[in-house]
Amino acid sequence: MTADAAPPPLLPPRFAAWLGERGWSLRPHQERLLEAGRERRSALLVAPTGAGKTLAGFLPSLVDLAERASGARTVAARRGVKRRGVHTLYVSPLKALAVDVARNVERPIAEMGLSIRIETRTGDTSAHKRQRQKIDPPDILMTTPEQVALLLGSREAETLFGDLDTVIFDELHALVTSKRGDLLALDLARLRRLSPRLRAVGLSATVADPNELAAWLAPQTPDAPRAEADLVIAPPGTPAIVEILEAETRIPWSGHLARHALPAVLEAIAQARTTIVFVNTRAQAELVFQELWAANDRGLRIALHHGSLDVAQRRRVEAAMAAGGGESGLDAVVATSTLDLGIDWGDVDLVIHVGAPKGASRLAQRIGRSNHRLDEPSRALLVPANRFEVLECLAAREANAEGTQDTPPIRAGALDVLAQHVLGRAVASPFDADDFFVEVTSALPYRALPRSTFDRVVDFVATGGYALRVYERYAKIRKTKDGLWRVANPQVAQQWRLNVGTIVEMPMVKVRLVSGDKGRIARFGGRLLGEMEEYFFETLTPGDTFLFGGEVLRFVGMRETEALVARAAGRDPRIPSYWGGKFPLSTHLAERVRGLLADPTRWAGLPAQVRDWLELQREHSQLPGRREMMVETFPHGDRFHMVVYAFEGRLAHQTLGMLLTRRMERAGLRPMGFVANDYCLGVWGAIDLGAAFARCRPSIDSLFDEDMLGDDLEAWLDESVMLKRTFRNCAIISGLVERRHPGQEKSGRQATAATDLIFDVLRSHEPDHILLQATRADAGHGLLDVRRLADLLARVKGRIRHVALDRISPLAVPILTEIGREPTPGAAGEAMLAEAADALMREATR
Amino acid sequence: MTDEATPFGGGRIEMMGEALLGLPSGGLWWEREATLIVADLHFEKASSFARRGSLLPPYDTSATLDRLESDVAALSPARVISLGDAFHDPFAVERLAEAAWARIERLQAARDWIWIDGNHDAAAATAPGGTRAETLAVGPLVFRHEPTKGAIGEIAGHLHPAARVKVASGTVRRRCFAGDGDRLILPAYGSLAGGLDVASRAFDGLFARRRLQVHLLGAGRVHTMPAEAVVGFGLSRDGTTRRRANR
Repeated sequence: MTADAAPPPLLPPRFAAWLGERGWSLRPHQERLLEAGRERRSALLVAPTGAGKTLAGFLPSLVDLAERASGARTVAARRGVKRRGVHTLYVSPLKALAVDVARNVERPIAEMGLSIRIETRTGDTSAHKRQRQKIDPPDILMTTPEQVALLLGSREAETLFGDLDTVIFDELHALVTSKRGDLLALDLARLRRLSPRLRAVGLSATVADPNELAAWLAPQTPDAPRAEADLVIAPPGTPAIVEILEAETRIPWSGHLARHALPAVLEAIAQARTTIVFVNTRAQAELVFQELWAANDRGLRIALHHGSLDVAQRRRVEAAMAAGGGESGLDAVVATSTLDLGIDWGDVDLVIHVGAPKGASRLAQRIGRSNHRLDEPSRALLVPANRFEVLECLAAREANAEGTQDTPPIRAGALDVLAQHVLGRAVASPFDADDFFVEVTSALPYRALPRSTFDRVVDFVATGGYALRVYERYAKIRKTKDGLWRVANPQVAQQWRLNVGTIVEMPMVKVRLVSGDKGRIARFGGRLLGEMEEYFFETLTPGDTFLFGGEVLRFVGMRETEALVARAAGRDPRIPSYWGGKFPLSTHLAERVRGLLADPTRWAGLPAQVRDWLELQREHSQLPGRREMMVETFPHGDRFHMVVYAFEGRLAHQTLGMLLTRRMERAGLRPMGFVANDYCLGVWGAIDLGAAFARCRPSIDSLFDEDMLGDDLEAWLDESVMLKRTFRNCAIISGLVERRHPGQEKSGRQATAATDLIFDVLRSHEPDHILLQATRADAGHGLLDVRRLADLLARVKGRIRHVALDRISPLAVPILTEIGREPTPGAAGEAMLAEAADALMREATR
Repeated sequence: MTDEATPFGGGRIEMMGEALLGLPSGGLWWEREATLIVADLHFEKASSFARRGSLLPPYDTSATLDRLESDVAALSPARVISLGDAFHDPFAVERLAEAAWARIERLQAARDWIWIDGNHDAAAATAPGGTRAETLAVGPLVFRHEPTKGAIGEIAGHLHPAARVKVASGTVRRRCFAGDGDRLILPAYGSLAGGLDVASRAFDGLFARRRLQVHLLGAGRVHTMPAEAVVGFGLSRDGTTRRRANR
């Protein structure tokens, strides 16, 4: 921003004066967005934090509204009865962000004295206000995707959105790659139908493929070339300063705690004004928080923030964050992805990332949470927790310096989401299927949707879509004589309203503290600590201890839908492997790690102990190549091991482990178990695998043949708990089963059991049902990551290098230390782990 | 767990001196009386949900009948007792497809068939074939739908018992038979009928815990375990938790 540049003519005098008074001038990307607005074109703005993205998005609307206010009130008013609708709709992934942005936009409106009404609408908005908004809508409505869907299904949709001028999608990159994005794309198509002159504006952080995001904003025509909105890319901000913590002590072989580095982390927190310490999982957040407190001898104010904590507790932490490093503020907060997006805290000047970054874009997003001024660099400190993570951190820093992105591509739209939207469409008003199909396929994710699939989805919504056509009389929507589909009764509409949205919570249970240290159990009451996934407690027996909210708790038992806990003495909880591997290593970072490993000339940047480790590997075995896949076999203890260096992330490795052990079983190789991390897969058994490969019984190529993705995959999928969990989500989103709502007595466990049973019955009687089709599509990239495994098998076909060893290799030590072991916290546990690992190393380099 | 192989992969259950066999299907086989007992078939549960707007797969009756036919073919029972809630709601009989009627009739041919009334289907006007009863006593055993406190030698259903037990890799939850020698509660046999944890309050006061065994339905076999193996049922390791019931 320079003070002396003359304001461009794009801006009315009042706006120009306002900018001038502040010594500001328009940035080029803000001008481009004003031009796009004037020419009524849709546009995508890709800009770093601090580039005035929000103002850029809203300026065209503010200018238009200001000019309109001085002339005739509205177009609609001329028609007499019809009320004025919303001019600009703003959609944000987070309600807190919608509220915050509303405040930011209100400021220039007030300062310029414009008569523009701006309001928010979220799940927290009172019923009275929501009703009033439908009758007397504001000029600018700020809301969330779920509220947009609900409004589109309301009777007032046409009056509300009939004159809609602009829709703005904030943090679009975070919205489009999920089912939430699918639903929003369908809703955008609907909005365009209601207001054909509508233009869409997307605001996004840097992504791998901005053109795809620009296409998401534009209406598509099947078989025509992909349409794209204008792409406006703002210049990148000052490059971030990213450092990797150099450990003075021994870097662990495995684990994700980085306990060895926490004194240095505390030191960094003390040096900075306000720090966010990002970790990957809630379990990690708990442990890092506990460890930091234990070592916090100078009284730094450190708080904890993750999705399981009680909402009131989270709000308190956020308020303290907003207060910055001042009197009532905080020095640091340990957080999970709950703080990846959201409102800006100006005082955060350091981001510490404990553990592996997992993806280049993900790291960039997190780094961007520090320092929102464009002319100053963000600062980040990466803290690898083990040796492989050192490699990953180095790869991530390189990627960050080069500005590479690895955001996933937009997938084909999910069919369960389409089912929800079809019902919503009928709830809004009767529809013609041909016409609606054109509308649906104008949304980018559904552009290639075959008509036959669309018809099956409509059939599913109507009567369940079963080959056995017995539900005609219970149909939810019916085609009437005029050829239009209508909702069968008002209850159906009510059901849809309760089911809107694509976020399916895991079944949660409340965590209640029922006794103090003395072990007395209260019959009733007790303080509510928060909520946790029910399946976590299913792995516990009473007496087990775990960390929650920074405290060591003892599981006492379940009481109805609550988990009762007591404070436990000591600080050595049994830590379960919950929420692990939520984010598998991205393909892009994996490739960089492989490249780094394969090229010793680049090892100079590595800490000496990691360099020594790789040198030993080169000496005693080989280094995994950049393009091939290395497989080591060796005896160890009384078993034979195989380590597959696939670098495709934990989920794909787990799936590979399941399929591989099935196949080995059939080949008589008697596998006994497997263990997977982000980098490799370890399989062990009673038969000498190296000898078997040498005799080609079977050959290593046939063991890894792509055909394992055929029958083996099908057979395994059918029993997989993951697939059942995926089916549950599809069943809820599609409206097959009802969503659980707070206060309903039906517990999540019973709902889960029910969808399991439904899955079994459906699979055995109608395996090609549309909902099973949707479930399998989800499994491709979700919890099972089948697509990535398929890519791997295709990539390494004919490029598998078998290295037969007579003992464990240095590179195999980390994965072997993970066998049969959950992260074992507590000094004793950690020491034992180190001891075992060291013994393995001695054997490897003997 | 039993080591010796049992017929049909079943779990041996003794009650009032009678040898019973819990089958992996969820049925109970009383060989001396050539009687097969099944509880909570919940025929037409899916269509019952469909009436209220959840269009569940309409194959549950058929899937339940598949298993029942295979049990009957394997055992050739002289008598079949349905322990109530054979139909999910009072109108389920009317919704039953003709093919399903025919299959039930074929099952009933050449054997005694007793429908014990349940709470879901007591109001049903007609049931296909067989005899209706509120309770039935055979030898030392009494068959009824809902377990009654204090009864001895009672075989009941209604509660759909399931248990979560500790295994090496965590815990596993399955439908199960639950019995203490005086009373046995059968798992739900219906393909869409879920399970209720034996550790939940609904089971309070029904069993003498020291003698309670659960027989979990596995793939092709039944796994018998003592009450201590059930998660949420025993004393906690440090002994501070007292269970409310079974004093």
